[in-house]
Amino acid sequence: METSRSPSELKREFSLRRASALSGILHSRRAQVGFGIIIVFAILAVGAPFFAPFSPYMFPAPGRPYAPPDSRFLLGTDNLGEDILSEIIYGGRVSITVGLIVAFLSTGLGTLIGILAGYYMKTIDEVLMRATDMVLILPALPLMIILAAYLGPSIRTVILVLTVTSWPSVARVVRSQTLSLRERPFVDSARVAGASDSRIITKILFPNLASIIAANAVLMVTTAVVGEAALDFIGLGDITVVSWGTMLYWAQSYALFNGAWWWVVAPGVCIVLVGLAFVLISVSIENIFNPRLRSA
Amino acid sequence: MTANPSTRGQEGDQVLDIRNLTVSYKTESGYVKAVDDVSFTVNKGEILGLAGESACGKTTTALSIMRLLAPNAVVNGQILFDNKDVLQMPEDELRNFRWKGVSLIPQGSMNSLDPVIQVGKQIVEAIRAHESVSRADAWKTTEKLLSSVSIHPTRAKNYPHEFSGGMKQRAVTAMALALNPRLVIADEPTTALDVVVQKQLLLVLRNLQKSLGISFIFVSHDLSVIGEIADRVAVMYAGKIVEIGRKDMVLKHPSHPYTQALVNSVPKVFGNRQLLESIPGSPPTGVWPEGCRFHPRCKFVFDLCRQKEPELQLAATGCLAACHLVSKTDREEIVLK
Amino acid sequence: MLEERVLAIQDVKVYFERRERLIGRKTVIHAVDGVTLVLGRGETLSLVGESGSGKSTLARTVLKLNTPVEGAILFHNQDIFKQDRRQSKAYRRRVQMIFQDPYESLNPQSTVFNAVTEPRVIHGLASDRSEKEEAASRLLALVGLDPSTKLYRYPHELSGGERQRVAIARALSLEPELLVADEPVSMLDVSIRLGVLNLLQTLKQNLNLTYLVITHDLGVARYIGTRIAVMYFGQIVEIAETDELINNPKHHYTNLLLSSIPGTENPQPLAAGADVDFSYSAAEPPSGCRFHTRCPMAQEKCASIVPKLTEIANGHFAACHYPLTK
Repeated sequence: METSRSPSELKREFSLRRASALSGILHSRRAQVGFGIIIVFAILAVGAPFFAPFSPYMFPAPGRPYAPPDSRFLLGTDNLGEDILSEIIYGGRVSITVGLIVAFLSTGLGTLIGILAGYYMKTIDEVLMRATDMVLILPALPLMIILAAYLGPSIRTVILVLTVTSWPSVARVVRSQTLSLRERPFVDSARVAGASDSRIITKILFPNLASIIAANAVLMVTTAVVGEAALDFIGLGDITVVSWGTMLYWAQSYALFNGAWWWVVAPGVCIVLVGLAFVLISVSIENIFNPRLRSA
Repeated sequence: MTANPSTRGQEGDQVLDIRNLTVSYKTESGYVKAVDDVSFTVNKGEILGLAGESACGKTTTALSIMRLLAPNAVVNGQILFDNKDVLQMPEDELRNFRWKGVSLIPQGSMNSLDPVIQVGKQIVEAIRAHESVSRADAWKTTEKLLSSVSIHPTRAKNYPHEFSGGMKQRAVTAMALALNPRLVIADEPTTALDVVVQKQLLLVLRNLQKSLGISFIFVSHDLSVIGEIADRVAVMYAGKIVEIGRKDMVLKHPSHPYTQALVNSVPKVFGNRQLLESIPGSPPTGVWPEGCRFHPRCKFVFDLCRQKEPELQLAATGCLAACHLVSKTDREEIVLK
Repeated sequence: MLEERVLAIQDVKVYFERRERLIGRKTVIHAVDGVTLVLGRGETLSLVGESGSGKSTLARTVLKLNTPVEGAILFHNQDIFKQDRRQSKAYRRRVQMIFQDPYESLNPQSTVFNAVTEPRVIHGLASDRSEKEEAASRLLALVGLDPSTKLYRYPHELSGGERQRVAIARALSLEPELLVADEPVSMLDVSIRLGVLNLLQTLKQNLNLTYLVITHDLGVARYIGTRIAVMYFGQIVEIAETDELINNPKHHYTNLLLSSIPGTENPQPLAAGADVDFSYSAAEPPSGCRFHTRCPMAQEKCASIVPKLTEIANGHFAACHYPLTK
């Protein structure tokens, strides 16, 4: 028989168990690689003035145009002679930030709409889902062009377009999960205990949806980073701001004719790496939220 | 193992002879035993009830007879059918054995009927997969089979969703009979059925036993159902057979404390209101206790039980029970029933 | 012998609409079709019936999880479907439910501590953590669980019987007077069931509770119930005191049920006329007496006139034009 322990001892023990289980997700190779990449890029982005050897907007430019990578310009220079490594570091700030903002906004909006539609069903569901469908149909590119023409091409426009075109898929997923969750007996149990609708949504449904929401959100970052790059690439973003996407925009016109392959590869590889990192993390996200996996 | 009227019938009267069957599963954390040295026979034309709760090994035993275990299962022992060891059979003999020698009605199979194919057609396909007969002949056989389970032959063209739960279960039973097996293993066939429908299925099985001389292994956790349908009963606990013998002896005068506790813990509808006693603890899963596996929950436990695993021994009722009490000289003092 | 009436179910009807997606036609399912029932303080009414008979729906309606299209349910003479918010919340404190599936009825994200303290938190009855811990420990001890090992566990770390005990503790945390148990032991291992049933009996005595127990198992119904009510196709066909119903069934459906109980102690010969291919999901309610399509004694009257639940012997009611006489 185990010796009797006081509840506060038990709580401490429980918190320790949970903490150790949470750290356990770092044992997954995938998570390690994913977090590793993210941490590197995060440090570079935050400490950009510190790490970047030059400013990407220097005038006059520090180097010869189209200079291949050497000891001074580790990733070579672009058509103006600006240091590409510095552009990558500063550009990463923009790309990753846009990715995170879009993921946050679209997941937030999609979750809100999805939960409400799934929980209340009937009329509210019909209205919300028709709205979602209409937005789902909107093609990103034409929308972007119109908005860019109307609002002027800028980062804000990019964020707006990406958010608007991303939230419907989140809403659909969350709605279908909510529909199935609300039928489960523990929701009835909460209602029988006297829980209000808002309590059921926030304290019962939401935690059980957290896993899928988080997984989606993380993947959304990847989509957003790639999406931002794509929109910049075709010139719909603010091409005066350095980001990985705008780098590719300029590179497409100038790099290949001048043999400056480093100008294309550098931002491309970064986009892939960051995208990959978030995908790897999303795969191990379940370990955080699934109590089965998180307790000893 | 010594020959004993409880575990074995007369030689030549047996349909199936299982000897020292052990099944382990290979997992990441080592080997997990599911069935531990189980031996019993099934005689011609009898219904053997295999009783036990979840994780006792009864389904694994049933599946191993058909060699339908998962690839990570390690099986030892012998399963003799017509003097041939099923576990050693090559592919072609095995095909012959399955469905024709012994067939299986798996757990929940009534819900595994293909929803887009007519029920009769599914039976026909099963027949033609094992024997080269014409479609017409197979249909005739199918209609006969459905009649034998009290389903009107005209219903053969129906789809599964047009059948009630009880009908689906009988349809699946008919499928299992398609090739005239000598033994049918039914794994929890009545679990999802209501009591009225359940009764009808039991009558069908009883009828098949009498008219066609088919033997059954009836696996169930429901002791009253086993009490109704079986001729002999084997009770399993934690991978072992703890008691085996004639039904009325095992269920009415159990020799093993687990059997007794189980029988006594089922609220009955008829008869006197007994003072029912619950069994403390719960059936072990995965990790088995040392010594007798039931000892942590047994009210008759004494020292030997914690150290040594008891063998199946002949009890006063003629049944075999794996309990140290059976061999205690003062066992008459310990009143079990 | 005037029992205080705790619950009065008056001619309650609960219907569901189901739309056939492809065809677009709406079918109405008469889950509960005119049930009248009275529950007295301190009794245990076992409501038996096959799956599809409507017993679970009725139980859920008592807990206000479904709304009747007709009829009323009175709790201490107050109509529970005509309550305002405050009254409704107060009702929840006095009537609680235990669900069938002990895993699914506990929030997988909540620890045992949260599960048993949540109801009190919802009603504003809990204060600080230490008070909550004390209350939780007391509740767990009440249902036979050791708080020192179970308090901060998740449901998946507990066995089926333990989870059901947690569910019972949760239901008791608000100190209700009426407990509705929907198949409380049917998903538990056989050797565990009795322990939980005995726990329910003990709690009932010690806490002066009233029970409505839903079950398809007549053995459980007999063991725990002071009265048994039999439901068929959304209606009550017979109610009587437990032993009276089992030894002296008046309705042919009850008789059919009793005679189908497996086991060699069953003294009943098999009742005739069971349409074994009957299934609730496929059927629309027959006219007149619902059971007439399967009843061996059915006459013309049975097909056209719905029999009313009438008192045949003292406290023994049956809804049949030609009840059994023994």
